[in-house]
Amino acid sequence: MKVAYWPGCVSRGFTPELHGSMAKVAPLLDIELIELDRACCSGAGVISEHNQELADSLNARTFALAQQTDGEFMMNICSTCQGAQTECQERLDANAEYREHVNQNIAPEGLSYEKGIVNKNFLWVLVENIGLDELRSRVRRPLTDLRVGPFYGCYIVRPSDRLEISVDQPRDRYLHMVIEALGATVIDYAGVYKCCGFPIITMNKQASLKQAGTHLADATDAEADCLVVPCPLCHLNLDLQQPLAQKVVGRDLAMPVLHLPQLVGLALGLDPSELEMQRHVVKPTSVIDWTQAVVGASPA
Amino acid sequence: MGEYTLKLRRYSPESGEAPYWQEFKVDLEGHRSVLEGILQVRDREDGTVGIRCSCRAAICGSCGVRINGRPGLACHTHLDKAAAAAKDGETIVVEPMGNMPVIKDLIVDMDAVHWNKIQRVTPWLLPDGEPPEREYIVPHEAMVDVTQSMACIQCGACVSDCLSMEVDPGFIGPAALAKAYRFVGDPRDGQQRERLEDLAEDPQGMYDCTHCFNCIDACPKGVAPMNQIMRLRRIAGAEHGIDDENNGHRHETAFVKNIERNGLLHEADLLPDSYGGKMHPRALPELVGSLPVIARALRRGKVTPAKALLHHKLPDQQAVRELFERVESKPERYELNLYIVGVDEDPPGASA
Repeated sequence: MKVAYWPGCVSRGFTPELHGSMAKVAPLLDIELIELDRACCSGAGVISEHNQELADSLNARTFALAQQTDGEFMMNICSTCQGAQTECQERLDANAEYREHVNQNIAPEGLSYEKGIVNKNFLWVLVENIGLDELRSRVRRPLTDLRVGPFYGCYIVRPSDRLEISVDQPRDRYLHMVIEALGATVIDYAGVYKCCGFPIITMNKQASLKQAGTHLADATDAEADCLVVPCPLCHLNLDLQQPLAQKVVGRDLAMPVLHLPQLVGLALGLDPSELEMQRHVVKPTSVIDWTQAVVGASPA
Repeated sequence: MGEYTLKLRRYSPESGEAPYWQEFKVDLEGHRSVLEGILQVRDREDGTVGIRCSCRAAICGSCGVRINGRPGLACHTHLDKAAAAAKDGETIVVEPMGNMPVIKDLIVDMDAVHWNKIQRVTPWLLPDGEPPEREYIVPHEAMVDVTQSMACIQCGACVSDCLSMEVDPGFIGPAALAKAYRFVGDPRDGQQRERLEDLAEDPQGMYDCTHCFNCIDACPKGVAPMNQIMRLRRIAGAEHGIDDENNGHRHETAFVKNIERNGLLHEADLLPDSYGGKMHPRALPELVGSLPVIARALRRGKVTPAKALLHHKLPDQQAVRELFERVESKPERYELNLYIVGVDEDPPGASA
């Protein structure tokens, strides 16, 4: 399967292990990544807060670049991009006159967006395009006994109608389903669908870190071994900021946070160092037996 | 007739006991509402069950509760759908709304939180000068725009699940900020700038929203409070250039410039620039406070010193910069509001 691949900014910035692990995992799932290396930031909801037409134009440009490739559809590994881009796409697809107006902005580059691009987070691709049975059949190292807390964050589950979440398409259950397909145990805790706090880290640091710290503490109380996130921004607040978050909530936390491709990669048999797990601030020692580089608690 | 199971969260302040759960069976058809189920429990089994309700038709906004963990109106939720959405596919769990103190059972103290916050935003029209001799003449679109926030029935569902308020109870919150937009966006109001300055000066004002979309999904009336909050920010920032206590506008400006310059976000610049630049006195304490985080990122190889200083730019960054210029130099901002214009119908034969 060939996809037009949008890695986002942070996966090539402060969470380079995300982009790296996706590149390692893709061939194991027969996904060919055509990287959109000319595309720019989705705006993360901030550019649209500044100027909606600008955000829509930047993303129309990205969509048009994706449509020029021979990828079956566009795939991202950042929920925030998913949410921000889907919001722009909703406006672009809803109104032909507006689409034409925005297309004029990108026309000097010889680009034009055609209504109806399919843009999916890796999580959705796993369930909808690869399929859980196929994924299960490719597992080389089942994550037996590993207790994983899903952390969806916001942009990939809300608003539910814009993201086309329904009983027939339960995208708000996909992390649960993937964790189980990889042989691990899903841990239910209060923070599963809550906000990591990242969007207000520069505006209200205390509240932001309290959000992150509370979810990490709830997952600790539910005896999760680690969390898994489909969004690098959630990773920044939950992992990079964890030492500060634990001060705000007043308790010791040592909760490893894995990017989705890392969790998948572990189960597909990749080595933790290939997945660059040493780059995490909170060392994933509960997930990995570093001496043997196999998944903790799983039979050898 | 069908049989449904309701699991209600009970609490009686006078008992001195902690809240507890109680299950009841109700005998109603699936298209009847959860509220009717609760009222049947009250009529037939336990007259002490506390629920606030009035119109039973999703107009009065009295019966806001959490059903299966999600906020909504009890009268606007069918029993069969609620049962299907239940965790075990059967037991409909009903609890009082969150972020507000519980008075009894399913009744929360709306005065203490919700109404207080509504009062906070001066929820009435403040026109400038003398009223016109006849009616106010305003553009149709401007009024359609504010009718979205006028559709609010003050049920508190958005307040219940606001994730900012959960950690920062002083946040003005989604319902009140949507109400604020109802007047900021009203062409008859004469205090637009003053209202926005007031919201910007409050550190728990419009920039305290964490952008989680919970209020959009919670609202039974399609008010989309978060969208109204983003409109407040857009008007305050782009039209009035108002700087706020939370540094929200500066952060936004720094973010936009960052992308215009690099195409991809250069995180190492964003933090200092959000506080006015590396040399700005405001940035210094923030940078010092972030030093341990930066040190950890360097130690773990998340970022290298070279990468922090020299950011990778897009191969044709010039094209992105030109696109910025093209859009930003337009005399008027163009904002497509789907609430006003709706969605095109596909012409026959068109593929989605």
